[in-house]
Formats: sequence, structure tokens, C-alpha cells
Amino acid sequence: MAVNLDMSQFHEIFFEESREGLEAMESGLLNLNVGVPDPEVVNIVFRAAHSIKGAAGTFGFTNISRFTHVLESILDEVRSRKRGVTQELVDVLLQSVDGLRYMLDCAKAGAQVDENRIAAIQESLENLPVEQQPKPAGWQIHFIPRPHLLQTGNDPYRLFRELKALGNLFITPDFSRLPGIDKKEFDPENCYLGWDLLLQSDAGIEQIREIFAWVEGDCDLDINLSGERRQLVERRRRRDDESADALLESGRGQEQASIRVNIDKIDTLINLMGELVISQSILNHAVTDHDHDHDQAGRLKEIVELLEKNTWELQEQAMRIRMQSIDFTFQRLPRLVRDLCRSLGKQADLEIFGGTTEVDKTVLEKINDPLVHLIRNAVDHGIETPGERKAGGKAESGLVEISAAQEGGNIIIKIKDDGAGLDTGKILAKAREKGLITGAEELSMSQIHNLIFLPGFSTVSKVSDVSGRGVGMDVVKRNINDLGGSIELVSEQGKGSAFTIKLPLTLAIMDGQLIRVGKEILIVPVLAIVESTQVKKQLLSAVAGKTEVYRFRDEYIPLMRLDNVYGLSSDLKDITDGLLIIVETGQQRMGLLADEILSQQQVVIKSLEANFQQVSGLAGATVLGDGTVAMIIDVPGLIRHCKGITAAHTAGNTALLP
Amino acid sequence: MNTTTAAKDTLREQDAGTSQYLTFFLAGEEYGVNILKVKEIRGWEQPTLLPNTADYVLGVINLRGMVVPVMDLRKRFGMAEIELGKMAVIIVVKVTHSGRGRTIGMVVDAVSEVYNINDEMIMPSPDLGSTISDEYVKGLATIQEKMIILLDIDYLINEGMLKDAGNNQE
Repeated sequence: MAVNLDMSQFHEIFFEESREGLEAMESGLLNLNVGVPDPEVVNIVFRAAHSIKGAAGTFGFTNISRFTHVLESILDEVRSRKRGVTQELVDVLLQSVDGLRYMLDCAKAGAQVDENRIAAIQESLENLPVEQQPKPAGWQIHFIPRPHLLQTGNDPYRLFRELKALGNLFITPDFSRLPGIDKKEFDPENCYLGWDLLLQSDAGIEQIREIFAWVEGDCDLDINLSGERRQLVERRRRRDDESADALLESGRGQEQASIRVNIDKIDTLINLMGELVISQSILNHAVTDHDHDHDQAGRLKEIVELLEKNTWELQEQAMRIRMQSIDFTFQRLPRLVRDLCRSLGKQADLEIFGGTTEVDKTVLEKINDPLVHLIRNAVDHGIETPGERKAGGKAESGLVEISAAQEGGNIIIKIKDDGAGLDTGKILAKAREKGLITGAEELSMSQIHNLIFLPGFSTVSKVSDVSGRGVGMDVVKRNINDLGGSIELVSEQGKGSAFTIKLPLTLAIMDGQLIRVGKEILIVPVLAIVESTQVKKQLLSAVAGKTEVYRFRDEYIPLMRLDNVYGLSSDLKDITDGLLIIVETGQQRMGLLADEILSQQQVVIKSLEANFQQVSGLAGATVLGDGTVAMIIDVPGLIRHCKGITAAHTAGNTALLP
Repeated sequence: MNTTTAAKDTLREQDAGTSQYLTFFLAGEEYGVNILKVKEIRGWEQPTLLPNTADYVLGVINLRGMVVPVMDLRKRFGMAEIELGKMAVIIVVKVTHSGRGRTIGMVVDAVSEVYNINDEMIMPSPDLGSTISDEYVKGLATIQEKMIILLDIDYLINEGMLKDAGNNQE
């Protein structure tokens, strides 16, 4: 009986671990320098491939294990320096990672693998030309002789000749110390030159030092591993945070104690916590109501207060279990930038800061697409081609920075590029062409920039397969708004653009304003509320006899009677008895008419989808202190809905409900 | 709260092919659902109104922190509405469909019994017309000369109810 051991329960773990392995491989490959691979990075990639192969074999995914075997043998050759690292090799290895990911996805979904696709990758793997002679590792030598070097009888040329005997030598002179020839201080017997030398050689550092042994006291000498590796080391030093190291060391230092827990268990725990908070507040009410003069009463109150404190703390900690570091999203971006650069013929580095910032899993999942979009835009339309950059006096390689940080109950994500910035002239022209603005308006710089967030700004979306500046920016903005966040933009022509995204740390809790309509209690997210006001009849008017508008300050905003929208029965005898809650998302405002405004409190958001389905006009539900359920109003949804009604009315349709 | 948990352990002693069914009344007719689908039975409480949904979705209740929709089976089957009396209960069932589990409450007139019913005792149902699609009916069984309509609850809730409830929106 035990023979038929159910393996499927372990599959989930296998998929999860393999996915992590693939991510380690991918980030390792992206950090692998052509020519001079860091042996440790090669090892990480090799180990990841090796464990996937082993596990795939154990669980009977023979196609995955067979494919990984080919991959592993190539990595083994790289590891033992039998094979050099070329751009082509890295490309094919990255393709294999994609292939593996695809096979894993298929295995997970129980789908059939497209054998041709895999065979094609495997073929290119097998046909990789072996560059027998690994490109020699290089040394970067920074050599600045003291002015009196020549007087000691040492000749730099002799040194260079000896270096040349060790391998290929590239010499770049440094004239920066050369005084003007007309100036009196120029001494023909002094050496004013310095040199940057690049030596491609297997030679050890001792051999090089030996050549310079005679002049060591008479010069500034700096010998380093060459090129990209050195830049990387410098960059790592420059970053004061851990994310760069995390990139290099993923797979190495991740042995922090952690366990895998099914998300359902956590959600159950969080639900129970929510319930405990409610029970606690009921208890609190009961104790406060029973304000007798008993000696016991005071003591009881103290205990309840202590319990309240502990309960809230417990809930906060429980919520933190759902938090994950934003690196889960960020770590996919280097690959994106690399691929984009290659297909667009551009050069750009991506720098990541604050990858360990933690954010709720749901936010994490939903922020991925907007981030990818913004990064694409930054590379595609922000960063110029190397030629343009050079002409503009910038480094040929552009820089895109993405950073995350926590500020209070929010997470701030910044995406910055040092590219061309937004072309305000073009934006204005386009906005006029699309009829988004009239010609006469005087707009400030930031107002012009914000035009790109308007729906309909870019209708050419499908022309470029990568992105267009402004393409779908309205969608990016809407997605972020739907998460209860905001996005801002600063841009300077010729210098670059920076987007700042502000998001709530968790979607599970929010500040809610309780309002009453008839017998029902509804909740409006406090974040969306501009202000609440008494209804004044003279400010109320109707358009086409149906849609009601209200003059709020200097604008007319649509007024929504919540009892109509949600099919409730309001007990307002006169509209002036009601209260108007002005809400907004993005640029749109709207007034919600309620019978009464009650208290504000933090509410735990429960999805209606979990056991039912999405309901239009509602963002979810919550359980109130007395144990009853109250609905949370979906403000962005209502505003969209409201626009729909206005459109429908003009079309002669009188349907009020969706 | 008046919560009863179904005794599932007794099932182990049953013969193969025999399942336990919880039966309930709707307008005098007796219906049965597989007891393994039943999570608990609760006394009637007024659910919170859920706007913009089909009329038989009465609203939602708080089930230990979980927001659970409540369906009125009478309305669903097009039966006459009644004032929900003391005997009315909400049967909370866990239904699964394409790997997704949902917890949903059904309002019925009253619960009746738990019967052991062998698969061989279940007869296919005749054409029932359009009110109750025969897709929701697993079959008919006879216990002590009474007819019991056995419902396929997974199908009734997922395919029948949620789809229709969705049609009422947008």
C-alpha cells in the first residue's frame, strides 16, 4: 500500500523551490561578466541547475531532468574553465531558464509541453561553440609615476614591454597632470604623464607587482581585476544598502530560518485574529456600559484595556506574516532591462535600492504590471541611444533606478531615469490633437506632464511592441489608484524623469468612515473623502431632469443618492436633512448622499469574491464591532459607473443600476 | 449560537456506496444534500443586504470573521415566499468547483433528518421542467414511503446560482 505513496503533495514544494532556483540562475546569469566570470556566480548558477535536475528526477519529471542535464554539463564546463563565457552563451543560458520555467509551468498546470520549443533551445545549447581558450582574465592597472621617476633611471616604456610579455596590453595615457607648455613650471626632466593599463592575462597579481617592484616607491599604483568586474565591485561599495549584495549573493546567504506555510493557513489565522479583535471590542463595550461602582469594575477595565493592547499587537504581527519583500517583484526587472536594451540597441544599467522593503502579498502581486510598464517606458522612451547620449554629453550607458522605502503606513516606490525627459512641446501638441485640452489654456510644467495620465492621451498604443511614453499610462494610474495609491511625476527635459508611487502597505486594513443609509451601514474609505458637507438646496441642480449635480466650490460635481445606487430605502424626508460626502479618485469628484455620518474606524477588508463574486459598486465587506457585516463602497468604481450613467442618459437610457 | 456540527465519523462504519444525507423542507417537499458538504447549521438571522445581485441572494452574514453569502432556495426554485419563521435555518455548505472552494449559506424552511442512502436506492429523476433544472438534481430516493429529492449542491451553487447571480449585474 505504501508503494502508492502520493507524491503530488510534494510537487507543490518542488515547483516552489525550482522557481526560486530559476530566479537565482537568472539573476546569476545577469551578473555574469562576459570574459571574466566570477567563479562564485558561476557556482550559484550551477548549483541551482543541479538541484533542479536532481529534484525533477526524483519526482519523475524526466523531460525537465533531461533538459537540465544538458544545461548542467555546459555550466560544469564553464565552472571548470573549459568553456569561456561569451555573450552568446549567456543568451542561450537565459533562454534555457525561460524554457525550464515554461516546462515547470506546464508540469504544474498538467499541460502538454511543446516539445519543439524545448528541442530548439536544447539544440542551441548543444551547438554552442566551445570557446576553448577562455578569454584571459584581465587586470586594470592605474599607474601614475611621481614627477621624478625618470630621474631615478626608470623608464615606463620598459615596464610596459615587460607587461606586454604577459598578455595583451592596452594603454591609455592620462594627460591630466600635464602643465601648459607656456607656463614656467614645466620641467622637461619631470614625468607628468599617467597611464591606465588594461592587461589581458592569466598572470597573478604577484607577477605584475614584481614588474613594478623597482618603481613602487616612486608612483601611485593601483592594480585591480579589470573592467566590468571592477565597476561592479565599486558599485557594490557605493550602495549602502543590501540589495546589490542580495543580487550577487542570492542563493548563498539565504539560509535564514524560514518555513513554508500554505497561504490559506495564514489567511485563516488573520481571519481569526480579526474575529478576536471584534470579540475584544464587544467585551470593551460591555465593560464600559456596566459602569457600576463596584470595586471590581475599575480592575476589570484595566484588564480589558491590557487585552485590547495585546489584541491589536497580535493582529499587527499576524498581518506581517503576509508581508513579503518587494524583491520578489524587483528581481525580475534586471532581465527586462537587459532584454529591452538588446532589442533596442541601447545601453542601460538598472540599480535597485531597498529591495528588502516589505509589502503585503496582494499589493505585491498587483504592482508588478505597472512597474514593468514604467520600467519599459523608462528604457524605451527615457533612455536615449548611446549616440544621442554621447552627443548630449552623457555617459553612453543610461541609468535607471528603482527604489522602495516605507514611510508610515505607505510604501514609496521611485523609478528614475537619466534619459531625455518628457518633451513638453510634443505632449501639448498631442493633447491638442486629441482634444484633451483647448489651445488657449495656460498650463504649468507639472500640469503638462500630468496630461500623459489622461485616458485617451495615447491611442497609438499598439504601434510599438515595447511601449510608448504615455501608452497606457492612464491604465498604470488607474491600477495604482485601485490599490488605494497615487502616482506623481517629475521630469526635466534632457535630464530624465522620475515617477513616485505611493501605496498602502496592506490592502487588508483601511481607515473607514461609517455612514448610514436607511437601516444599512456603509463604509467609505477615508482616503477617498475630500470633505463632508450639509446639503444646501440652492446649490443643487439637475441636468436633463435626471442626473443631479451639486455646486461644490467652483465646480459642478455629480451627486449620487446612495439609496438609489444600492437599492436601499433612505429615511430622509428632505434632501437638506442629508449629508453629502465629497469623494474623489484621480481628477474626478463626486458627492455621495447619506442619511447620517457615523464614526471613523479601522476596518478589516473582506473580499466578497472569496465565497461569492465581485459585486459592482462594492470594494468588499467588513465585520463591524457588533458582529454584523457592512459593505465597503468602491469609490473609483462608483465614479466610473456614474460617468456611465451620464453617458447612458444622454443616450436616452434611463437605467440607473448597472 | 445554535451551531450543530455534523457527525462525520459515523460514516466510516457505512458500507461502500452508502452516503449520509441531511434533509430539509422547502414548501413541504423534502430535499437532501450530502452531509459531507455541510459545514454547520445556523439559526435564521437577517443578513446584510448585498446590492446589485440576484433577488435570491439575500445578503451576507458573518461566519466567524468570514463573509458568507446567503441564498434563498425558495426564491431560487420559484416557490412562494413565506415569512421566515422560527424553524427557518441557514445550512452552511462548502462547495467546490474547478478546484475552488466556496462557503455559502442556504435558507430553508426547516431541517429534517439524516438518512443513510445507498447509491443503489437513488433513482434518476424524471424531466422536472424548467423551475428546477434536472442538472441540479442528483436523483430521487424513497425513505419510509416519502420521496426525497437529492440535490447536487456543487452544481446548483456554482453553475446555477453564481452564474445567474452574475447575470444580474452590469
